[in-house]
Amino acid sequence: MWRSFRNPLTLAGILIIGALVGIALVAPLIAPADPTRTNLEIRFDPPTRAHPFGTDQLGRDILSRVIYGTRVSLRIAILAAVIATTIGAPLGIISGYFRGRVDDFLMRLTDMFMAFPRLILAMAIAAALRPSLENVIIAISIAAWPAYARLARSVTLALREETFVEAARALGAGSPRILTRHVLPGVLSPMVIQISLDMGGIILTAAGLGFIGVGAQPPTPEWGVMIAEGRNYITQQWWVSTFPGIAIALVVFGFNLLGDGIRDLLDPRLRGRGR
Amino acid sequence: MWAYLVRRALLSGLAIFGVLVIVFFLSHIIPGDPVAAILGPQAPHDLIEDIRRRWGLDRPVHEQFVRFVGRLVRGDLGTSIATHRPVVQDLREFFPATIELATAAILVGVAAGLSVGITSAVAHGRWIDHVVRFFSLIGLSMPVFWLGLILLFIFYSRLGILPGPGQLDIFLSRPPAVTGLITIDALIARDFSALRNALSHMILPAVVLGSHALVGIARITRASMLEVLGQDYIKVARAKGLAERTVILRHALKNAFLPIITVIGIYYGGLLEGAVLTETVFGWPGVGRYATSAILSQDFAAIMGATLLIALVFSLANLAVDLAYGILNPKIRYE
Repeated sequence: MWRSFRNPLTLAGILIIGALVGIALVAPLIAPADPTRTNLEIRFDPPTRAHPFGTDQLGRDILSRVIYGTRVSLRIAILAAVIATTIGAPLGIISGYFRGRVDDFLMRLTDMFMAFPRLILAMAIAAALRPSLENVIIAISIAAWPAYARLARSVTLALREETFVEAARALGAGSPRILTRHVLPGVLSPMVIQISLDMGGIILTAAGLGFIGVGAQPPTPEWGVMIAEGRNYITQQWWVSTFPGIAIALVVFGFNLLGDGIRDLLDPRLRGRGR
Repeated sequence: MWAYLVRRALLSGLAIFGVLVIVFFLSHIIPGDPVAAILGPQAPHDLIEDIRRRWGLDRPVHEQFVRFVGRLVRGDLGTSIATHRPVVQDLREFFPATIELATAAILVGVAAGLSVGITSAVAHGRWIDHVVRFFSLIGLSMPVFWLGLILLFIFYSRLGILPGPGQLDIFLSRPPAVTGLITIDALIARDFSALRNALSHMILPAVVLGSHALVGIARITRASMLEVLGQDYIKVARAKGLAERTVILRHALKNAFLPIITVIGIYYGGLLEGAVLTETVFGWPGVGRYATSAILSQDFAAIMGATLLIALVFSLANLAVDLAYGILNPKIRYE
């Protein structure tokens, strides 16, 4: 098991995400300034020792905003993944286990949701709910759950034919017991793999929503919003948009490496494939 | 085969109807009042009421939906509150720009993705393979809108070798619209300076939009080629003394192509998603930017129209992937 962690790329992923979590936890301690305090006298200061990432159009310290942004991104990614799987997994398991009408209905429902590109659906939902950080989380969850339901269903379809499930049924175990004791554990590991592979995508979607203007709202130090704010100044004050973008790329990179590592760890059959 | 096709098309149709329901009800729980938003805070109350009545916004939601579907069947998507024009007309004007951009992007993605993927499969395990894998992971991690801004900064503001946002320099006049595709129209009008200008405007957005497809195609090409290159018939081909080039392009690539085709189709559909962000960054007058501004201005009819169009193209791309898969691989049987 520890062999996977000796893979340098997985190790890099662990370090990046570890650093991300660490920074998010101690943000108030390490941020040099208040991320929302404006000071028009120092607007558009280029990167200096006092402001390593420079200041933005309102004189806010960009480093501090990037540091506080870790909290926003982590919160969105974790909550969206949790909500999407809490909706998707039970529906998928029920659908795959009982088959029949329930299954047909659920599959057509997921077809409808999956007829949209994910960002477009999240965009429409976020706009309809009125843009805010909470609604971004809801929108991404609604756009993401069908994929998890499909995954849980296909794993359940295979599991319900397994002899240990049959044995449990023969011993008189009821459906609730079979589902929670025998099917759910089998569904968990593919779910964890999928979530870890999706984390990067969720962060990119949230940043995209923030950039368009239907996500987190200013003055929240959300990275996508920060890039949008610096957009009009990119030709002269390049640092305003550049640093939040690097932060996003680094975090998504870390999650992608970690996701590949977790997949190799939990599902050795896929090792080395698809890279 | 035909039964499958019909079933598959019916399911797509059902899904798109579901899309309509979802978006329609979503756009009607928007808390703000779009009419008040358009007319401004000083508008007299009875004027607002009058316009709401004229657009049918005072009717119950389900009734509005039935009327909407009825009009849809007749090819009427309603009138945009923001542009005061029929949505169908708007879309007809904005769609070609998106098609043009998406096609350019997929060309970039396929050409570069295939070469990169083949190169790294052939160089399997050597440094170039590692470098490619590292950069493709980085490439997948960058937000496209940020990549667009950075490339604009470097190639437009600093180096000045590529033009800025938009489809054409402002001092050039647009060739008369025949197809709506600016490059084709310029060709028809034999306006070669406009053609050159339009092409140079397309480079950056096409590279940005095509970047994710490029990485995806490169990865699948590499994996698929590696699998094929290990087969016995490749050893036979080499033993026969065929040139390495022939072995790789004729014998290996041909057999590695099935998964690659699938990924290309999936990415073409997915480009629409990237198009929303890319078009916003590059001021590209396409459906993506139209959808974004419709959402920001709570323009029901435009939101519905744009979303419907995007879902339609997306579903058609997925359908095409499924069918291509069946045609290319006779082993697959349709139920």
